[in-house]
Order: sequence, then structure tokens, then C-alpha cells
Amino acid sequence: MAISSGRVESAVSTRRARVTRARPGRARTVQLSRKTLTRAIIGIILVVEIYPLFWLLTSSLKTQNAFVSQPLWTIPSKLDFGNYASAWTTAHIPSDVINSLIVTVSSVVVILLLGAGAAFALEVLVFKGRGGILFFLVGGLMVPAQLVLLPLFEIYFKLGLNNTLLPMIITYVGQGLPLTVFLMATYFRSVPRELFEACAIDGGGTYRCFFSVALPLVRNGIFTVGMLVFFSVFNDLLVALTFNSKPSLSTIQVGLLNFNGQYGSVAYGPLFAAISIVIFALLILYLFINKQIMRGLTSGAVKG
Amino acid sequence: MRQVFGNRRAIAFFLAPALLVYIGVIVVPVGWSLVYSVFTGSPASGFAFAGLKNFRALFADPTIPQTLWFTVKYATVLTVGQIVIGYSLALLFKFVLRRSSTFIRTLVFFPVVLPTVAIALLFAQLFAVTPQAGPVDSIIHLFGGHPVDWFVSGSHAFVVIIAMDMWRSVGLFAVILYVGLLDIPEEVIESARIDGASGFGLLRRIILPMSRPIVAAATIFALNADLKVFDSILALNNGGPGTATTPLNLYMFQESFNYDNWGYGSTIALLITGLSLVVTVVVFRSLRRDITKD
Repeated sequence: MAISSGRVESAVSTRRARVTRARPGRARTVQLSRKTLTRAIIGIILVVEIYPLFWLLTSSLKTQNAFVSQPLWTIPSKLDFGNYASAWTTAHIPSDVINSLIVTVSSVVVILLLGAGAAFALEVLVFKGRGGILFFLVGGLMVPAQLVLLPLFEIYFKLGLNNTLLPMIITYVGQGLPLTVFLMATYFRSVPRELFEACAIDGGGTYRCFFSVALPLVRNGIFTVGMLVFFSVFNDLLVALTFNSKPSLSTIQVGLLNFNGQYGSVAYGPLFAAISIVIFALLILYLFINKQIMRGLTSGAVKG
Repeated sequence: MRQVFGNRRAIAFFLAPALLVYIGVIVVPVGWSLVYSVFTGSPASGFAFAGLKNFRALFADPTIPQTLWFTVKYATVLTVGQIVIGYSLALLFKFVLRRSSTFIRTLVFFPVVLPTVAIALLFAQLFAVTPQAGPVDSIIHLFGGHPVDWFVSGSHAFVVIIAMDMWRSVGLFAVILYVGLLDIPEEVIESARIDGASGFGLLRRIILPMSRPIVAAATIFALNADLKVFDSILALNNGGPGTATTPLNLYMFQESFNYDNWGYGSTIALLITGLSLVVTVVVFRSLRRDITKD
């Protein structure tokens, strides 16, 4: 009994102490309303970011009948996975995904190899005119894709490359090089020169110093640039649409566009299902590499 | 050491492939494009020398001022939005949420990695009126407003386009600007606080001036990307109604491939290039003057 009353007393006294410690009146309400404001802002962000995706997912499980008869914001009463089956087969999703992956992965690999090599030559190796060549290469950042598309179309046609995926890959490589060389050069610049000199003194040749010393030293940079290039190529529509001479060469972007045109605004379910497949597949990929993206972006080497 | 760093064969090995591809894909086509602009026609229908006819047509074409104005309006509104909202989000991450901002940062950044066509199709449905009112019109209805047919008028479609592209891209700018805020030394903020600066004063006198370089870089980056808008609008409403929301890029694409007029398409492409150059130079100059003034 004595113990419990003591406990009550101490609880009361701590509460009193808390009350006296807390700032009087105004400051407290300011703090409280600030907290509410922060919560409200975060709530709005959550709704704006998540609701469209949630709505997409629920809509993809509706039947055509539900689309026409019920308000679009309602959640389907029963789940219909048939949309996914028809989207998968009629929208050529498997071949679009394969095309996108072939084009994107090979472009990224070639861009990184050529870009890292050129940046190494321009930043680490010593020869006359290297500043001029770097300027010449980086100047390509100013050239919009529209300016080069039409001539490239004719060139690829004359070389007999149309009806393959090569025009896309070659174009992406050419367009990706200026930014890649520029960024890789800044990464090489941030490596202490003594490391390359040590490699040379230890008897490594130029190639050895590049592959065993320079490349491993800038691997974070390679990863960051690779990610930037990956998403810009993967999400490109202009080049993919220009060199899309037949449906079997469609990337995901072109496929989705044609899917919409092909069915007009009739087959809502499969359309939502097709968008869902693409978005949620990327969500899974994103959750895996998100840490590296954030680390790459916040590592500080690509700052303007 | 000169043997290693001045090895001519190695220099050629590292540099030649990149240079060759760059010259083949960028430099030669740029020159080729200039040649196209004094011809009419296309490879399919045959070319005919036209002199300056395409350039005269460019100045006489009533669609050009319209698409040019739309492009500039779109790029200005979107860039201001990207920077202002992006910066606000960055401040929220850095000063309010601090260490617990990871989840929100991840969430806000996610749309950046999505294909633009998928986002455009999603937004077309969010703002749909047929077969049933989409979620946006349902919300408007809920608050007692009149439902809007978003894609019938250019000014309404513009709202959808800006909303869509903000949703798609603001996460990138939030993260870029957040990195800029992380670079401000903690001691500077701390000593300003000790000197009595807080809240808005701290933001205006310390944080904003110190993050000016990254804001400048982000603005140039945003403007350059926004002036080249193409895919999201093509997939959302194809620049309609009519050409009311057609940017220059889309107009160039339609002229070249739908109307088979490569010469005129190349002339429009030159206009786009000139526009990007002028805007970059103007923005760069004004920002540099700003920095030297302080």
C-alpha cells in the first residue's frame, strides 16, 4: 500500500515537473500546430504519390462492365485477373520487355566502356589538344536529339540497318557519350594523380593502369552514370519511335503507346493491366537499387 | 612515366572509338541537317532544292508562334514548379524530417524511374470523363464544383500536362537540391542559430544564399530538359486539341514523319537548337551576374 501510494506520488510529481518545465502557452501551441502542419504536409505527399498507383492497381482488376457502369474511383467488388492475361498476350509485353532490355543493357555497357576510356585518355593521359577534344565532345550536350534524327534515319537506311535494333543502340551510344565523358572525367580528376604515377612506377603499362587501377577507383562513378544512362535510355520514346519500323522491334514505351492507340478507349481493363505490369515490375527493381541511386546522387561527385 | 601516360597507341585505343561514334552520330548528322533545311521533300518522295524557302515558311507558319509560345510557357511554368516545390521538399527532408526522411525521399523519387508513356496513360485516365468520371472529377464533384472535360480545351489540358510532369519529375529535383543542402556545413547553420537566426530569417539569409550554385545548376538542367518535352505530351493527348498543347518537338516530329517534309522538319529542329542555346546563355549569364553582385 505504501509502495503504491509512493508510486502515485512520484507520478504526480513528475507530471507537475513536466508541466512547469514546458514553455507556457504560446510557444507550446506553436510547437503543436507546427507538428500538425508537418503531419498534414506528409499526409498530402503520401496521398499524391501513392493514390494514383493504388487506383491503377485496383482498376486493373476491374471487369469491362464495372468500368462502364461504376464510378472510376470505386474499388472492384470482385477481382478479375483476366485483364492481365489479355494484356500479356495481345500487347506483346514479353517481346517489348526483351527488346527494351537488349537495347538498354547493350547501350549502357557500350556507353560506359567507350565513355570511361575516352575520359581516362582525356583526363589522365597526356597529349596535345586534349582540352580541345574534351570541349568538342562535351559540346554534344547542346545538340537536341531532333537535329540528328532525320539524317541518322537516312544513314541507317542506306547501311541496311533498318529492321534491326542496331539503329536505336548506336543512336543512344552517340547521344549518351557527351554526358558520360563529362562526368567520368570529373571522377578521374578527383582521383589523386599519385595513384596513377605509382602504377606507372610499379611497371604497369597504360592498359594495365586503366583496367586494374583507374576503373576500380571510379566504380561508384561508373555505377551512378550507368544508372542515369540506364533510365534515360529505358524511358526514351523519341528515338525508339523514330526507328520503330515494325511491331516486333517495339520497346516498352512504344508498345504501351501503340497499345493505347490500337484499342482506343475501349479495353480499359487490359490497358490498366499493361501499365500496372510495367510500373510494378519497375517498383520491384527500384526497391532493390534505390539505396545505390540515393548513394550515387548524394555522394557528391556529380554536383553542378 | 611518359611512356605510360604519353603512349600514342594507347591514347588512340581509348579515344578513337568514342570519337568515331560521336562524330558519326552527332557531328555529321548536324551538318547533314543543315543541308536538309535548304531542301524540301523526304528520302521517300525525293528531295528538291528550295534555298531559303523553309526558313521563309517558318516565319509565315502560324503554328510556329503558337507551338513556340506553348513550349516557352510550359518550360517556364514547369521549371519554376520543379525548383520551388523541389526546394521545399528538400528543406522538409533536411530540416523537418532529418534522419527519418528516407522513406518519403524514396517514395517521391519513384516516378522518376517510370516510363513516361505509362505515366501519361495513367494521368489520361485519372482526368478522364468517359466512360465514367475519373478520380479527379469525382473529387471536384465531391466539393461541389462542376466536372471539367480536361482534354477539350487547351488551357485545361495544360493543367493536366503540368500536373503530370510535376508528379513525374519533382522527386529528381528534390533529391538534387537536398544534396545541395547537405553540403552546407553544419557549423555555419549552428552558429547562425546561436546568433539568433531562426525559421524564415535563417532560410533567407543563410540557407538560400549558400545553396545558390546548386539551384542555378538545377534550373539550367530543368529548363533544358523541359524545352525538349516530347514523349509525355505525345502519349497524353498528342498535343491536342488541334495544336493547342503541341510543343515544338512534337510539331517537328509530325511535320517530318506524318507530312513527309524532312526539310521543314530540319528547319524546325534548328529553331529548337537555337532556342535551347539562347535560353542556356541567358540563364547562365543572369545567374553569374547574381553571384558576382554579392
